[in-house]
Amino acid sequence: MTTLIKYIKSFTLFELMKGLKLTITYFFKPKVTLNYPNQKGPISPRFRGEHALRRYPNGEERCIACKLCEAVCPAQAITIEAEPKPDGSRRTTRYDIDMTKCIYCGLCEEACPVDAIVEGPNFEYATETREELLYDKEKLLRNGDIWEKQISENLKRDSKYR
Amino acid sequence: MTSLSFELTIGILKIFSFVVPVLVSVALLVYLERKVLGAVQLRKGPNVVGPFGILQSFADVLKLLTKENLLPSSSNKFLFIFAPMLTLILSLIAWAVIPISSTYVIANLNIGILYLFAVSSFGVYGVIIAGWASNSKYPFLGALRSAAQMISYEVSIGFVIITVLICVGSLNLIDIVESQKNMWFAIPLLPMFVIFIISALAETNRLPFDLPEDEATLVAGFFTEYSSISFGLFFLAEYANMILMSSLTVILFLGGWYPPIDIFPLNAIPGIFWFVIKVFLILFVFLWVRATFPRYRYDQLMRLGWKIFLPFTLIWVVITSAFLFYFGLLPN
Repeated sequence: MTTLIKYIKSFTLFELMKGLKLTITYFFKPKVTLNYPNQKGPISPRFRGEHALRRYPNGEERCIACKLCEAVCPAQAITIEAEPKPDGSRRTTRYDIDMTKCIYCGLCEEACPVDAIVEGPNFEYATETREELLYDKEKLLRNGDIWEKQISENLKRDSKYR
Repeated sequence: MTSLSFELTIGILKIFSFVVPVLVSVALLVYLERKVLGAVQLRKGPNVVGPFGILQSFADVLKLLTKENLLPSSSNKFLFIFAPMLTLILSLIAWAVIPISSTYVIANLNIGILYLFAVSSFGVYGVIIAGWASNSKYPFLGALRSAAQMISYEVSIGFVIITVLICVGSLNLIDIVESQKNMWFAIPLLPMFVIFIISALAETNRLPFDLPEDEATLVAGFFTEYSSISFGLFFLAEYANMILMSSLTVILFLGGWYPPIDIFPLNAIPGIFWFVIKVFLILFVFLWVRATFPRYRYDQLMRLGWKIFLPFTLIWVVITSAFLFYFGLLPN
């Protein structure tokens, strides 16, 4: 009897029809595609994207050239040189990040005592040449100026978990 | 002399009136395939080039045309270039006998079905020549597989066609369609209809029978070494063949240009419309099947062809002819 049922099933293409029914229901389901450049997915406030150097609201650089980020960086992507300013404060003269070496682990922003170096929410910074990915201090500070609003908001939203 | 050149012009225009729509519908079919596959996989498919991405295939063709046509140094140059041309020509000349409506056909042959069958069998030559001329292992294996597969399924297609011919009593495609005015052959010959669709999938090397171009084992099968527009010609030929096989299915089983029911608002619509709609539905089934089933293993494919389809169709030929003979329904 079971063999008979098996034969009937295979000659009426029962299983194949079941499969076809499944795919046709999926055919009419709403699609999950995001139209990427026009539509973007949500990202976490902890998102580790492009780096930025932040400033205090009065325009002063936050970075105090403690070189903790340089020391902690597992990929050794950060290079810092520093000297005292005329007013006696320590400031960096050079702050380079090689974005081609960086592994986006976020240890630099965790190590930073003054929240100066952060990884912002931007992930669309592809370039046409490799040289453009060797970021210097100006580029990082400019990033900080551009993304400051979102970065500070993200830091605030995430602060209770830190 | 003038009447001869006049007839020649008319003939060429007629040919173009078939070939151009076929090539355009190939482009649309590729687009449709990507859309259907996308929809089944919960994606959207191409939607950037042109309205709803409908110009995507034209953009792809332009890309292929601008690329370099590579010739492998160890290949047989003449055959290597000749194979894609042959494949495309064969898939286009078959359209000569396809009747879109009772009057609209290039050549109204009284052995139309035989011609179609011969031309579609020739299709395997393009594949074998391509595989052999490439002088490389994957194309060669792909060509061998393709040859064996197409020959195996041609046999069962032959028997299916014989069943239909017994019911019609004519080899003319227009006669075949006209004998279905009252009832489509898909209804009394349902098992043959299903077998024909499955065999058509195998004949056009579509999934789940696309072993000649099995990515996992043969890279791209018989057109592994092809690039640029010679690859494009194979691609075009494959999809043109798909459309051809669907129109053949429509002619043999779904009543060609006749509406589903012969009542007023339906039979007022021109036959071409019904023909196109039916071909579209069969093509949708092709794509739907592709989106659903995994690929067959090669021995399973051969088992299905020789040990199931061949005896089944053979028995059905006998049953049908016995039935028609016993009840005196044989056409004369």
